[in-house]
Amino acid sequence: MSDVPPAEPQPEPSGPQIGVDEWVARSAERAETHGGLVGRARGVYERVPKPAVFLFVVALAALIPVLASQSDNDIYFVRVGTVALVFALLALGLNVAVGFAGLLDLGYIAYYGVGAYGYAMLSSDKFGLHWQAWQSIVVVVVVSALLGFALALPSRRLVGDYLAIVTLFFGQIFYVIVTQGYRVSFLGLNKDLGFDRANWDLTGGPNGIANVDRFTAFGFTASSERAYFYVTLTAVVVVFAGLSLVNRSRTGRAWRALRDDHLAAQAMSVPINWLKLMAVGVGAAVAALAGTINSALLQGAFPDDYNTQVLIIIYAMVILGGAGSLVGAVVGAVVVEVLMLEGLRPQTPISDWTFNGRWVVYGGILLVLVVAIRPWRRLAAILGGVVAFGVVVHAIVAATTTKGTDGLLNTAPETFEEGGWLGWLIRHWLALPADTYAQGTKVPFNIALAGLIALVLCLTLLRGWKRDVLLVPTIWLAGFVWETRLVLEASGPTRLLLLGALLIVLMTARPQGLFGKPRVEIV
Amino acid sequence: MHQVFQLLGYFQDYQLTWSFFLDQLVAGLTLGSVYGLIAIGYSMVYGILKLLNFAHGEVFMIGSYIGYFVLTAFGGAADPDLPYALVIALMFAAAMLGAGTLGVVIERFAYRPLREKRASRIAPLISALGVSFCLQQLAVIFFGSAPKQYDSFAIDGGSLFTRVSIGPFEIQYMQIFVIVLTVILMLGLTIFVARTQVGRAMRATSFDLEAASMMGINVDRVIVVTFLIGSALAGAAGVMNGLIFQNVDPYVGFQVGLIAFAAAVIGGIGSIPGAMLGGLAIGLGRALSVGFVSSAYQDVIVFAILIGFLLLRPSGIFGVPAPSKV
Repeated sequence: MSDVPPAEPQPEPSGPQIGVDEWVARSAERAETHGGLVGRARGVYERVPKPAVFLFVVALAALIPVLASQSDNDIYFVRVGTVALVFALLALGLNVAVGFAGLLDLGYIAYYGVGAYGYAMLSSDKFGLHWQAWQSIVVVVVVSALLGFALALPSRRLVGDYLAIVTLFFGQIFYVIVTQGYRVSFLGLNKDLGFDRANWDLTGGPNGIANVDRFTAFGFTASSERAYFYVTLTAVVVVFAGLSLVNRSRTGRAWRALRDDHLAAQAMSVPINWLKLMAVGVGAAVAALAGTINSALLQGAFPDDYNTQVLIIIYAMVILGGAGSLVGAVVGAVVVEVLMLEGLRPQTPISDWTFNGRWVVYGGILLVLVVAIRPWRRLAAILGGVVAFGVVVHAIVAATTTKGTDGLLNTAPETFEEGGWLGWLIRHWLALPADTYAQGTKVPFNIALAGLIALVLCLTLLRGWKRDVLLVPTIWLAGFVWETRLVLEASGPTRLLLLGALLIVLMTARPQGLFGKPRVEIV
Repeated sequence: MHQVFQLLGYFQDYQLTWSFFLDQLVAGLTLGSVYGLIAIGYSMVYGILKLLNFAHGEVFMIGSYIGYFVLTAFGGAADPDLPYALVIALMFAAAMLGAGTLGVVIERFAYRPLREKRASRIAPLISALGVSFCLQQLAVIFFGSAPKQYDSFAIDGGSLFTRVSIGPFEIQYMQIFVIVLTVILMLGLTIFVARTQVGRAMRATSFDLEAASMMGINVDRVIVVTFLIGSALAGAAGVMNGLIFQNVDPYVGFQVGLIAFAAAVIGGIGSIPGAMLGGLAIGLGRALSVGFVSSAYQDVIVFAILIGFLLLRPSGIFGVPAPSKV
């Protein structure tokens, strides 16, 4: 601590500092309260100008394709980076409505879809229109923002839950229209009205719109994965910078006032209706931009990229990062996309690194334990207990059954030795029965999964040493269930299940997410 | 959507006849009963907690699965080990019990901690979304994503789907059964809420939660009872849905839940008769729009009506506009 200069003494504010959050004004004070290494690091970090940090991170991100070109899976890594950035864009947009203004916008996915389908209609063979990318993007973004306005306009007098309902149903309507839009008939009168077909195909229905143009503007065509990475990165940088400026402006403060207490805000003559429209509209515009990028990246627009599942994924990103925090939105998007969506999916280059997601799962459990359990002696006791428990169970099972510990770590038997030392450890810690995957019988492992859920629920009811004791078999069972059952479904339900669980756990344990500010209850 | 077609499949080339209209009316009434039973759960929970329980549709789906597993455990629809009536009664009992328990568990572990922490209004909504998502994915993991066949046409040689004439209506036994059972459940619920001590506590809590707790009402227990009853009704609706449409899949809860939710809102969220009436209105609206307007866009029609309702009369048919107190 000796070489850290003492924080500047805060002059006693004589009056309210207009335009400065109390939180911002007391940042030095807070940095001081953190002792040790963390406080020191934070003290150094707080003194670096924020734009410099921003530029540094952007430069690092821009290096990703260059680094990826060193690997064999060049295209894959760049693609994952691009998708993560598209999600980051979506999370930033959702953050405006949910984080800044506190409006639960459940139709957000529709704006993303409007962007994608709008671009796909304007720049593809579908209708023979091949607009330049910038033209389509401008039109689509404006249309989407107007749609957001139009939807929020009548619902501006609806508070809280009702806005959520209207937007949720709007999202559903969008999905139905898109999947049914391949047989549009005007009351069956198309031919009588002089059209050549009985049914119009507007959206391609379940098949979507294929052969969408790459981004073209002023004679240039973005044709490589790398080009899309940089296009998306540029979009994220622009939106991030724009939103952080807005957040610090009058409008940003007014949004927060609306979020924290809309009645008080209204009493202070904050135009809450207009602010609600703006929040939804800005979010819609950002989502539409992300949609156009996604459409050009995939060279197509397909309905299942714009359904409720994706909406929940975006929500999980925003909530994990911390609603209201721009950095949080980006970090949440990158973490969820890279670690959970790609890191858990079997047989991708990333999950090769994570050993089919095992590093993510066990690392995640360990991280939560380290953060949640203090002091370290208790943590050490629990971890020791977990290891000992596993070894004892393994020994008992090995002694009593013939094939109870011959289980594999992968679906294919020839990869028995995969996984290196971690695989060896897991095999000798968990008692994995032989032919776990081969027999196709899932019932015992389903029961184990149900038991795991029951144990986790019980954990929340217990306190003190009882919880610590119960934690030991729970962690072991989590490992067992992961290896025997969940890893099998890792490309589908498991990832989504974990995202859903993440939402519930975050809401009870840490509603402010990673980077958000804890909500202050004023009674 | 195609489920309705299964029911009305032979009306593809419809004629605007009187008998077809009556058939649609009956089909709509049946569907409406199912929606109404689910809508009651949404409504009761909203009335007391002011919480949109997005997970309710998934409770309905689990109830439907429980009914399926009971049916299979007793030998399947074609050749059950017990008399038909008994098997069906067992299906309903198990589904109601299981779904009710699930509802209580959800309340205890996902919503109550937030209530105790006095979290923001938005937190329980997000938690509810998470629960809904989790249950759906768990159903995929446990039961597989392929639909499970109830095969209820095989029950008693298909006599459940035999039509009888009552006045001008041609009704299947199944439809009579569903409508009558719904009426019985509704009557039971109404009497419970109106006449019993717990029912009175529920009404008081729904009127003003804080005041009720100050008057010595155990609010937590009232909430548990609310979730138990609402979820049990959803479980019953799940079995009905399975019997009518003959199958259940993990995603049915979200779809049907959304429609039932619209019913609850139209009837006036928080009001029990309103939920039933809204359910009937939506059921009729859907069946008639299948027959007469557009089958592809019937959900769009339902949702558009709902949004229109919300904008013109947010409190629904029976709801009382809530004055906001500062």
